[in-house]
Amino acid sequence: MEIPPSHYPATRAAVVAVNYINYQHGSPNKIFTLQKVTKASTEDIPDVGHKYHLKFSLEDILHQDNAINCTAEILYLLSNQRTAPQVHFTVEGEFKKNTDEADNKFYNRIKSLQEPLVAQNIPDNYGNTSPEMEPISHLARVACGYIIWQNSTENTLYNLFQIRDVKQVVSNAPISALG
Amino acid sequence: MNCLMVNNQRRERGTSNFNYGAYHPLESIYAALDDLAAEYPSLVSKQEIGESYEKRPMYILKFSTGGTSRSAIWLDAGIHSREWITQATALWTAQKIASEYGNNPSVTSLLNRMDIFLLVVTNPDGYAFTHTNNRMWRKTRSKNSGSLCVGVDPNRNWDAGFGGPGASTNPCSESYHGPSANSEVEVKNVVNFIKSHGKIKAFLTLHSYSQLLLFPFGYKCTNPADYNELDTVGKAAASALASLYGTTYKVGTICSTIYQASGGSIDWSYDYGIKYSFAFELRDTGRYGFLLPASQIIPTAEETWLGLLKIMEHVRDNQS
Repeated sequence: MEIPPSHYPATRAAVVAVNYINYQHGSPNKIFTLQKVTKASTEDIPDVGHKYHLKFSLEDILHQDNAINCTAEILYLLSNQRTAPQVHFTVEGEFKKNTDEADNKFYNRIKSLQEPLVAQNIPDNYGNTSPEMEPISHLARVACGYIIWQNSTENTLYNLFQIRDVKQVVSNAPISALG
Repeated sequence: MNCLMVNNQRRERGTSNFNYGAYHPLESIYAALDDLAAEYPSLVSKQEIGESYEKRPMYILKFSTGGTSRSAIWLDAGIHSREWITQATALWTAQKIASEYGNNPSVTSLLNRMDIFLLVVTNPDGYAFTHTNNRMWRKTRSKNSGSLCVGVDPNRNWDAGFGGPGASTNPCSESYHGPSANSEVEVKNVVNFIKSHGKIKAFLTLHSYSQLLLFPFGYKCTNPADYNELDTVGKAAASALASLYGTTYKVGTICSTIYQASGGSIDWSYDYGIKYSFAFELRDTGRYGFLLPASQIIPTAEETWLGLLKIMEHVRDNQS
């Protein structure tokens, strides 16, 4: 059944997919946001759940002139099973931008800080983020991508607003951050 | 002696020094209202329509070129206190209306026939709280008997399908509808004003975020009788808004566009008989959400103005 691509039921499903994509592919220098849903339909799968078929465009937060077309299926399982929606997606072309160099630069910067990084309110209450904190905010979006995907239902629309607290924890493994 | 000097200082500073492109605490917004009334005394006056739960005054600006019991347009902002772009946009809009009278033919003809009432901060207690304690506060600050949780969602508290789907019975919820319709003094003050005025022809309210232009109904998922006209006007307004910076808005009823939500203000105003009832959800679509950077205040206000004007022109030309 076709549904209006501009209305919230389609938006909610698309946002789940985008968060899943950020969890899978995001980095301190690569985060995607939903640009526009162009086509949406729903399918009821008896005894299993409710599936959304979507076509939408994404943009990379750091390269906004470049829209990326996506097709996705989001299956919300029946509500008495508290499991994450199943997401399958394909993109036209690939996530072109390779950010390994920028990501490694960030990693090395954080690794060589004299004191472990501690910060609050990113962005601040007025919407401002300092340039040094931008990669931290992107990292938070990657992590929240997982949280939002895991906790989404057909009737939720989660969004990350603000990192309240971030504390760098030094360990032998690559960077971890709490917050 | 000191009070007199402070008043004079305020008048001298005037609105040309006020930074409309920044977020201001409540006291500064209230000072700016005074400045506007002082700068445009033959057009703008400030009125108190009551007090908030914590006894803060609720001020409206009246834009009027005279006449007796003219029809009027109502515009409010900040009913949800964390939606800072709305209070900021409303304040800019106040200045815009005042400065356009006599310069813009459309605004001039509008104000020659109708009055405009503008409530910049509908929820002053909540707004103060977002500055001092919790930037994400949404509700009023009223105490809930039998609960440690504070506040009622003022946009679930109107007498329109009150207590129905899309509002919570739990005082700790962000969408708690309150113990009864109009239990929130902030809502009651607006309802009393609208009812005693008697000739309000449009009820426009600002929210954020999502970039939507919504009309009734939210409490039920059936279309209003005036669906076609509201949809046409809405689409024209969204188109005018987009013409400035390309910001796209979706237009539709609350229930079909977002979700079913009972007790909302524009449902009440529409059922009360105010046909032109619209809610704007301003920028953005989620990147910053409620934490919209101040650099976007003026662009948002400028584009929203085009949408508001389109609706107001239609009201002016079609009022009965």
